[in-house]
Amino acid sequence: MNIHEYQVKKIFKAYNLPIPKGTIITNYHDSIDSAIEIGGKMWVIKAQIHSGGRGLAGGVKLAHSLNEVEQICKDMLGSRLITNQTGPEGKLVEKVYIERGVKIMYELYIAIALDRSLEMPVIMASNEGGVEIEKTAETNPEKIVKIAIDPTIGFQDFHGRELAFKLSIPKDDVPRFVNFAKILYKIYMQDDAELIEINPLVKTKNGNYLALDGKMGLDDSALYRHRELEELRDRHEEDLVESEAKEYGLSYVKLDGNVGCMVNGAGLAMATMDIISYSKGQAANFLDVGGGASAKTVSKGFDIILRDKNVKAIFVNIFGGIVRCDRIANGILEATKNVNITVPVIVRLDGTNAEIGSKLLKEANISNLIVASSLKDGAQKAVSAAKE
Amino acid sequence: MSILVNKDTKVIVQGFTGREGTFHSEQCLKYGTNIVAGVTPNKGGEQHLGLPIFNTVKEAVNETKATVSLIFVPPRFVADAIMEAASAKIELAVVITENAPIKDIQMAKDYSTKNGMQILGPNCPGIITADECKIGIMPANIFKKGSIGVISKSGTLTYEVSHQIAQEGLGVSTAIGIGGDPIIGLSFKDLLFMFENDKNTEAMVLIGEIGGDLEIQAASFIKENINKPVVAFIAGQTAPKGKRMGHAGAIISGSSGSAKEKMDALEKAGVSVVISPADIGKAIKLSLN
Repeated sequence: MNIHEYQVKKIFKAYNLPIPKGTIITNYHDSIDSAIEIGGKMWVIKAQIHSGGRGLAGGVKLAHSLNEVEQICKDMLGSRLITNQTGPEGKLVEKVYIERGVKIMYELYIAIALDRSLEMPVIMASNEGGVEIEKTAETNPEKIVKIAIDPTIGFQDFHGRELAFKLSIPKDDVPRFVNFAKILYKIYMQDDAELIEINPLVKTKNGNYLALDGKMGLDDSALYRHRELEELRDRHEEDLVESEAKEYGLSYVKLDGNVGCMVNGAGLAMATMDIISYSKGQAANFLDVGGGASAKTVSKGFDIILRDKNVKAIFVNIFGGIVRCDRIANGILEATKNVNITVPVIVRLDGTNAEIGSKLLKEANISNLIVASSLKDGAQKAVSAAKE
Repeated sequence: MSILVNKDTKVIVQGFTGREGTFHSEQCLKYGTNIVAGVTPNKGGEQHLGLPIFNTVKEAVNETKATVSLIFVPPRFVADAIMEAASAKIELAVVITENAPIKDIQMAKDYSTKNGMQILGPNCPGIITADECKIGIMPANIFKKGSIGVISKSGTLTYEVSHQIAQEGLGVSTAIGIGGDPIIGLSFKDLLFMFENDKNTEAMVLIGEIGGDLEIQAASFIKENINKPVVAFIAGQTAPKGKRMGHAGAIISGSSGSAKEKMDALEKAGVSVVISPADIGKAIKLSLN
């Protein structure tokens, strides 16, 4: 689960990690009062959406007067921000964060994420922070310093010193940097984060370290022990159809093709998309019915797939393990009653209770139902049905 | 011969009396798996499915000399269960539980390694040595006995491939689901090495997917250490970048972890890489000639 910058900063503050003074607003009428309360002569206004690349997309703006603050907030709130990560439809800006502007001596990039090869959290830091950090990672990877932290001993001061010296941080600032990194690691571990990123971390003219930005991704599987973090979930940021699917135990992702897919297991679901492409077609979606598939969830799956008007055929590809094919067949039959299925449905059933399932379908004698004998046969039939 | 488990392997089940534990233990017993006991705290001394229940793994191991534990406990207790097994000198834990917190698995794996216990999973279908023993949740009837070693991140693709192998008139020695989580126990390269040294395995099939770099590690390992033929398929060739596809591991970040990168690396290591998931069985048959 991802959370907003202003929420991350609230967490930082609770751990005594320094941040600039700021306020979240949803209505531009509140912008001037907020800016006055924050104080100073310069403010930064930031669109609160779950996406990187906000700066380049115009979602982070500097204001030098109260009027400017108001104008920027007015323009930003209610607009759709299109970044290189949102897709062409962009994301609706419902909240903006107003923050006190600071004068910067130098800036750094710092992040913690799991290194899957080392199976340990890794702290990454660089002098070359800012909007180009991804490019730096590609072109000058040596400019990003990485240190793996063995959770058995946790973050030690020597880890921080090693990072600081490799980054040539001024020696008076080393203890400050070490302390900052230590707190960041503590947050990462205590809150079960998958990622924490600050870009940039700055030293101000006043001599303080401040986190000017903050991104955090949390391990969904660990949210049960962080009720306070679960509450930070922003439903508006999640695709409505995807969340609805999730409530039924379905994992659904919309794609651009015209062959709808309903599959059990994420691996087989991806392989099904692959073979549709190999058969010269294109999948309209990824849909994993999960291990607990029932007639009800299968019926819901059809409902969701058919909301996409591009769908011209549906390929149901089930290799029953825990999922029983007879339940899937019953789901298909139930769906034909509840959902108006206007496109051909190609069904391939194998594994647990496949024969019972196939028999059920055959006896029901449904007109636009096509039985396939294998993965390949099903994909080919689905692609050609979608073309007709 | 086979790898890791056979008909003589003594198995205990942690989370024995739960709904999942009960159903799948029954299926395993039916297949012939030598399940000797179960562990459910506070139910020690009782019987379930005609087998004794112990309060702790240590007692169960002392009484039965079991070496493998099949784990079904809910996600919030899974690290505890794995570490209990390791501390009781279990040799292999097969962890079916899904949605385990990453931090917990990191700690449990670290402790298990220090205690000499291997882990399969979490979030995996388990392991089956055809016609001998099934320690997991896979549908047994699709696995025919033969000489192909199967290693897969995905459960349902393990079934698909084993089915294709059977259709080619071949069979599997041992089939293993390793799970798709960010941190897992035994990985492709560990198991490839075991199959390489198993005289009943003639060829191996590796089923990977997008995300992480286990397939890349496997590629360099194969180059140096594996002489038997290997066939590979990587799921997610057409998955859009940055979209999460249900498995926590299946996230593409930048270029690393893409299907193409993995397929290229495996190809360079001399692996027969299949583009269509429907051609895996055929490619295996070809690799034997």
